[in-house]
Amino acid sequence: MSKNSMGRDHPAIEAYGLVKVYGENRALDGIDLTVRRGQVFGFLGPNGAGKTTTIRILATLTRPDGGTARVLGHDLIGERDAIRARSAVTGQFAALDDDLTGYENLSILGRLHGLSGAAVRRRADDLLDAFELAGAAGRPVGGYSGGMRRRLDIAAGLIVTPDLLFLDEPTTGLDPRSRNQVWELVRRIAEAGTTVLLTTQYLEEADQLAEQIAVIDHGRIVAEGTSAQLKSRVGSGTLHVRLLDGEQRPRARQVLAGALDGTVRPAADPLTLSVLLPAPADATDVGRLVGQAMTMLAEARVAVAEVTLGQPSLDEAFLALTGHPAGPAPTDHEDVNA
Amino acid sequence: MSTPAAITRPAAERTDRIDLLLAASPPRRRAGALAASATFGRRAMLKIKHDPKQLVDSIAIPILFTVLFTYLFGGALGGSPGDYLTMLLPGTLSMSIAIVTMYGGARLAKDVTTGAFDRFRSLSVWRGAFVLGGLLSDAARYLFASAMVVLLGLAMGYRPEGGAPGVLAAVALVVAFGLSLSLLWAAVALLVPDQGVVISIANLVLMPLSFASNIFVQPSTMPGWLQAVVEVNPLSHVATAARELMNGGAGTGAVTWSLVATAVIAGVCAPLDLHLYGRRG
Ligand SMILES: Nc1ncnc2c1ncn2[C@@H]1O[C@H](COP(=O)(O)OP(=O)(O)OP(=O)(O)O)[C@@H](O)[C@H]1O
Ligand SMILES: [Mg+2]
Repeated sequence: MSKNSMGRDHPAIEAYGLVKVYGENRALDGIDLTVRRGQVFGFLGPNGAGKTTTIRILATLTRPDGGTARVLGHDLIGERDAIRARSAVTGQFAALDDDLTGYENLSILGRLHGLSGAAVRRRADDLLDAFELAGAAGRPVGGYSGGMRRRLDIAAGLIVTPDLLFLDEPTTGLDPRSRNQVWELVRRIAEAGTTVLLTTQYLEEADQLAEQIAVIDHGRIVAEGTSAQLKSRVGSGTLHVRLLDGEQRPRARQVLAGALDGTVRPAADPLTLSVLLPAPADATDVGRLVGQAMTMLAEARVAVAEVTLGQPSLDEAFLALTGHPAGPAPTDHEDVNA
Repeated sequence: MSTPAAITRPAAERTDRIDLLLAASPPRRRAGALAASATFGRRAMLKIKHDPKQLVDSIAIPILFTVLFTYLFGGALGGSPGDYLTMLLPGTLSMSIAIVTMYGGARLAKDVTTGAFDRFRSLSVWRGAFVLGGLLSDAARYLFASAMVVLLGLAMGYRPEGGAPGVLAAVALVVAFGLSLSLLWAAVALLVPDQGVVISIANLVLMPLSFASNIFVQPSTMPGWLQAVVEVNPLSHVATAARELMNGGAGTGAVTWSLVATAVIAGVCAPLDLHLYGRRG
């Protein structure tokens, strides 16, 4: 219904060179972004990378110090009301009223969306029901669990189905069950045609939900692509090898470095080595390479206790994409290590 | 968490309902300015309903001031309580409402820090609605506090010569002045979104206004420079106007002064509030 508004062909978000400066800190240092309509776009980055700042700017809550953007075809500065009318923000900073009940929260927001009293009641009841909050509708939100709260938060963004939904770290702090519920919701919302821009600190979350992922670090986009493209840059995975005898670790390191064309790092545990595997042209090669490496370790008489092959973690992805570990500003980091 | 019914309901059915819900969205319509303001007013009322402690300030301050000032200063004025209440009660009313105004600013500061404010700002709603809705609930609070002062005064023997019309006119004048102060504290809260700081700044302004006034003491007993301060203190004029209205014999001077002061404060602060509300950090 809302999808056939004029200019279907323009992207949901086009941003060029967004800059935001807080004092000395360049929170955003030239962000370019294109989000296609109907896409789930993942914004992946560690604490303080600039994820929330980007969302606040695109949702018209914060004014950029530089750059331009069009959101749903509307100019960020000049047509802020049109953007507000067609998008919804949930997450980290847009809070619900803790002392009001779930129903009252939705009812207030419904009236502010211009719904009549009867329409508000119907929509609030439907949303609470579909989000499995009907039983808690009459209780103050302050007493909700983290998962319930997040669901209500998302429901509050759907009072009028938005064309664009901003989700700022929708699953941070949730247990796996609640996290899966939120993921399922996000998929449904996207399938119904709403463009979703979500931020996350978890590679797995971006991988699960987003068709396109931008990795942000220190206010810059350091990599962008589909999950598969990013993984091919990061590597196909990480091989963890646990030895029986820590004395053998230097020898094992030498063997693995020769067998596998990846970076071998000693882990904190003195018995373990981890290897960031390069992405081979053919995915089936991974098993063959690992098998060869195991054979070579056996030939070098290194006793192996445990071998695991896993997805690269966000830390490893960052290391591969940025050359430094995910974390606070590099200056802070070097000071700590010095 | 989930109700048993939700657990047994097949997942597919649940998610289908979300699809339907998204497809059956109500039409996008901009809320009217008044409807949105009334909604913000209702939100404040609901908050009071869930946490009546919020009203403690609006109850305790009027009671405390009325009783305390009557017996503290009444003796110095001489006569029966009915006599000195004639002099004190309108001033107590003015001061009580002025003090009670600062809690509205504190609540706004809290909305800004918790993020409720950002959620509302992210909607396409007339930007004055948030401030105007706050004023509606403030007006209700000030009327409530005024009723406490007047009823307590009547119980202690105060008999206003101006009758009900005089008392109502005085309350209206005092509440209007209080609302202009609400707009002032709203500006402070939007500039410094910290409850403690807002309360401190409001106290810093209101305490001198209350005591360097004609509420408790005849200005003729004060040194010349202080008399000059009392002369320009808007709260003095509000207190005088309330006294004249409640006790009959109203001249137009103090009433006019009070209305002008109210209009000037509101005229400066309302546009400032709108600007600060719309501002993007
Ligand atoms: N209002 C502000 N005033 C000053 N500095 C700010 C402000 N908001 C953000 N910053 C700074 O800007 C940088 C980016 O912050 P931002 O909140 O966008 O990061 P983030 O990626 O959302 O992090 P997180 O994962 O912790 O939510 C940080 O260094 C932060 O300290
Ligand atoms: Mg953030």
